Parts: sequence; C-alpha cells; structure tokens
Amino acid sequence: MKSTSRRDFLKFMGLTGAACLASAAPLCASTEGAGECETAIAMLYDATMCVGCKACMAACKRVNMDQNNLSYEHLATDGDKLWDAPRDLSGDTRTIIKLYKESDTRFSYVKHSCMHCTKPGCVSACPVKAMTKDPVTGVVAYNKNACIGCRYCQVACPYNIPRFQWSKAIPQIVKCDFCKETNLKAKGKPACGETCPVGAIAFGKRKDLLAEAHRRIADNPGRYVNKVYGEKEVGGANHLYLAAFPFEKLGLPTLKEESPAALSEHIQHTIYKGFIAPVALYGVLCAVALKNKKEQEKLGHGEDN
Amino acid sequence: MGKQGVLRDGVSRRDFIKTCVAATAVMGLPYSMHTKVAEAAQGANKPPVIWLHFQECTGCSESLLRSSHPDLASVILDTLSLDYHETLMIGSGAQAEKSLHDSMHANHGKYILVVEGAIPTKDRGIYCKVGGVTAVDSLTKAAEGAAAIIAIGTCAAYGGIQSAPPNPTGAVGVRDIIKNKPIINIPGCPPNPYNFLSTVLYYLTFSKLPELDSLGRPRFAYGRKIHEHCERRPHFDAGRFATAYGDKTHAEGYCLYKLGCKGPATYANCSVQRFNDVGVWPVSVGHPCIGCTEPEILFKKPIAEKLQIHLPTPPDTYAPADLGQKGPGVSPLATGVVGIAGGLALGAGAMLTKKLPSGEETHEKHQ
Repeated sequence: MKSTSRRDFLKFMGLTGAACLASAAPLCASTEGAGECETAIAMLYDATMCVGCKACMAACKRVNMDQNNLSYEHLATDGDKLWDAPRDLSGDTRTIIKLYKESDTRFSYVKHSCMHCTKPGCVSACPVKAMTKDPVTGVVAYNKNACIGCRYCQVACPYNIPRFQWSKAIPQIVKCDFCKETNLKAKGKPACGETCPVGAIAFGKRKDLLAEAHRRIADNPGRYVNKVYGEKEVGGANHLYLAAFPFEKLGLPTLKEESPAALSEHIQHTIYKGFIAPVALYGVLCAVALKNKKEQEKLGHGEDN
Repeated sequence: MGKQGVLRDGVSRRDFIKTCVAATAVMGLPYSMHTKVAEAAQGANKPPVIWLHFQECTGCSESLLRSSHPDLASVILDTLSLDYHETLMIGSGAQAEKSLHDSMHANHGKYILVVEGAIPTKDRGIYCKVGGVTAVDSLTKAAEGAAAIIAIGTCAAYGGIQSAPPNPTGAVGVRDIIKNKPIINIPGCPPNPYNFLSTVLYYLTFSKLPELDSLGRPRFAYGRKIHEHCERRPHFDAGRFATAYGDKTHAEGYCLYKLGCKGPATYANCSVQRFNDVGVWPVSVGHPCIGCTEPEILFKKPIAEKLQIHLPTPPDTYAPADLGQKGPGVSPLATGVVGIAGGLALGAGAMLTKKLPSGEETHEKHQ
C-alpha cells in the first residue's frame, strides 16, 4: 500500500509544527525590548516616599465609582459601616495600599494596581477584545459592553490584577485603567497621582519616568533596591516601582523578562500567518483522504464482484 | 467718616487689621487680599443694614456682640450703617419704626436686609408681631427694597426649632417666603460671627455675592464637612470611640461618633474657624456636633443618634503585602469525593459503551 501511514502522517505534522515554532522564536525575541512605544504614559510609585495615607485609594474609588459600579467593602466587625476597608484588590477595589512590616522601624507601604504591561497577558487572552491596549498611550483598558465574563484575563495576568465582581448581578472585571474615562480625561492625570500628598505617585511619559527612577537610584543608592520593578518584567510594564525592600516581599512577584503572552501570540500568529499553514495542512489532509478513498473504492469494487 | 469712623470707638489699627486678615482667611482669599478687604471695610460708602428679628432667641446677635474678637462688634457696627436692629438700637416704639421706614425709603434697592429668626405663617402669621405688623408682612415689605438678604442663624435659614414637628406656628425660613431676591444663608446655632462678617466684607470688597452652595450657604465657609477637618479624625480612622460621657474613652479624647456626632454629614467650618477666639468648639470640649447648619439634622434627628456614613474612607489599618493570599486551597476530603465520583462516571461510561451496538453492524444493515 502506497498510501501515507498513520505514522508518516504524524511525523509530517510534527515537523510542520516544529518549523512553525522555529520561525516564531526569533520574532518574539525581536519584540522583547520593553516599552517599545515612545508615547506610552506611565506611573512611577516610589514606596520609600509613600506615607500610607490611602488618599489614593479613597480618590480612586470616588472617581471611578459609577463607571465601574464599585461598592464599599466593610469589615465583618464594622457593624456601623464606618470604613471602606478592602483586604485586597477586588471587584470593588482598583488600587490598594498594603503594608510590609519587618519591625516597627523597618516597614514599607506598597500600592497594588494594574501594571499596564507592554505585552499584556489579559489582552492576549481575551477572546472578545474586551481588554484592549491603547497603541498610543499604552493604557490597558476594559470594555464592559464587550466582556462575556469568561475571566481568562484573570488567569492570564502574571500579577493577579483583574478581579471579577462575583457578588453583583451584572458583574464586570475591575482593574485600573489610569482613570482613562474619568480623571485622565477630565484632568489629564489619574486620581491617585493627583491626590497623593507626598508625590509618591508620579505620572508622565514612560521613558521620562524610567530615567527619573534610575536617577533616583543613582542619587541615593542606599535608599533603594537597585532595580526598577516593571522595567523588564514580562516584557516591561507602564507601572514602575521603586522600593527599599526586595519586591517579592512587597507582594510583587519575581518574573522572567520574556512575555509568555508575546511568545504564545507569535506562535499562533506565525502558524496562521496569511492562513498558509492551515490551508496547506488541510490540503495535505484532503489529498490523503482522496487517495485513500480511491483505494477504498478499488477494494470495494473487488468485494462487490 | 471712613477710617475715622471705624477707629473712633477705640479700635486700634492693629486690631482692625487683625480682624480683616482673619476675615480674609475665612473667605479663602490669598493673604495679599487683606489690604483690599481693609480698604473696603473703611470705605466711605457704608452699606445700610436693616436687621429684623422674628421667632428667635437673639443668640445670633449675642454671639456676634459678645465674641471676644478684636472688637468685632465695633468693626461691624461702624463699618456698616446699622439703621435698624431691634435689640441693639436705643430708640423704641414709634421712633424706632420711623427710623426703619426712613431708611427703607432713603436706601431703596441698596440696603442689606439681615433676618434673624423664623417666620410663622400659620393663621395669617399672627404668632409673631412687631409694632402690630406680622413677621410675614414686615419681611415682605423690607425685602422689596433690599439689595440682598442675609438669613443669619438656622431659624432664619431653614425655620429652626420652631419649624420642628409638629411646627405649631407654621414657621419657615426666609427662602420659603422671599423668592425674587438673592438670599445668603448663614446657618448655625449660633453661626460663627466670622462667617457673617466675611460674607458682608466679601460683598463690600467685590460688590457681588460670594459663591453659594445648593442650600444658599457661602462655599468659603460651608464647603466642607466638619468630619474632614476634625481634630478627632485620627481616632475615627483608628476605630477609637468615646462610648459614654465622662468615661475613660471620653477623657482620652476619642472620636465622638458613637455619642451621635453629626460631623460626617454637616457642612461647616467650625473645626477650622472655631469660636470665641480661643480655639474652642463643641467637639473640642467633648460634645458631639449636633449638625446645626444642616436643615435635615438639627431638630430632626436625635442628638445621640448615630449617623450612617455615606462616603466611607479606608481605616488606618493595612492589609499585609505578602503574596499567596489566595483561598485555603482544596481539602483532601473534597479531592477524594470528586475522585470517587469521577471514577464512577468513567466506569459507568465504559459499561455503557460495551452495551452499545457496534457501528459496523448498523452500517451493514442500512446497505
């Protein structure tokens, strides 16, 4: 029998796949340079300047309350509902100030919110383009009208940022969008940066802030960990951090410089480039099937006779 | 007149400038403006003021006069031309009424009308009469020729204690009767004298009314809540509350919220401007705010009743920053149960497929 054996077919497919992967690898390497966009806007949070007043949390919720359908989060022990006391980022909280404490004199505050990755996993994973990255500003934003509630973005985010409103009848994904529709539009600045009383939250062009961050480290090498978090993490982010403690202690995960999102996208985009590979694959399959059919017919005729 | 007039009764230049600077600060104007305010205060054209009293206790006038501000009363009385004030003027009877009518005629369209006290409307307003004229009538008449009306005190602004249910005299505030004149409410029981003075000086300095909020109160004085500037706020954020008058928590100066403080819903500058020139105000001496500048609080809500906080802010505690704050994970029991169920399903499926007729047989039957 001259027809392709199952073994041969699998071999062929494996080779095709490997070829696609091989051609994809150099592509993703070429995009690894972080912050490719000259116009990207960013936020620089300096944990050594933060005084933990939480004015940013209050301002964030006040400004984005309606847009994101946020609620206040009361402690179980707070019978009079006096405080908005989120324990973590949640479906009601876009940003939170947390505390890392070694002793009464050695501690650091840290602000958690969306990192606005250069190559965001959430945007890559979203099947309906509800998560988008602005090509000019680099802001990663969420469109509640497109969202189907699959929560892939939650799984795809290496920082565990997007949160789902489990308790709401019409839920949304909640995450920082630099106040894109609210404060940024109205006042040119996110509410947290506008309200910070000590200037711990700087806002501006990413390249300027990156230079500023490195300048601060150079000026005060003893004050900071010698690293700007967000400069290179999973391909870079538009939210940069300076701190006096190792970042993993502040709840910021240690991540590789390669972006898994970029890698998987390039594999996929290469395989499907110009739709050549799928057409070729199905062409081969068709050819095999036709050939087999002819042989079957031959055999079938024999049996009939 | 002018400077001479102001300084005539022994107000020193120093005291005069001090008062003007304080008033400038209350208005939220830059420090450099105080010269302009001082110029306006000693200007030759003193605006005539007619001050009417209705259903009230004269506490607002008392507060104004008895405050130990650097002769604030003198400054006010000499800066303004107070043509009629029932409790301050020397004249009485027909003589006093004549002075009122003369002033209203002579300064028609120019005078500032200050109203102190609520106006009864029930039974054609017979529950408050001065010189045989009901409060409604004298207010309507005086308002006709007024350039602007200042309702001083909670009674004149909203009706005050007289208007509390069941409101036997049908008492209302000025804004409920006069609709066609600019009305500035300076509520408070009593209001801070500086808020009144600053409103008048603002008018003199800029020849226009200050920016008002939806209740007609000047924003410079009533723009923020007491709670936002309270010296006991750190105790609120930390959850330290006074639980009873005179107990240890009260003596420690803890937050008075649980004693019924209305600061979180009351717009006023008491916590900043304070009273009596010695930096005191009710909360500083241990009594919760009773919300006297708010129409829906004083005399409507019990003083000891706790408010609901509508715009809560974070407390002064922090969530720990470390990673791995996810749920407790899957319990071994749940894993076992799910495993057994899964196994059963697989087994049942396998048995079922065995019982199915094989595909080839059906194919042959069709042929």
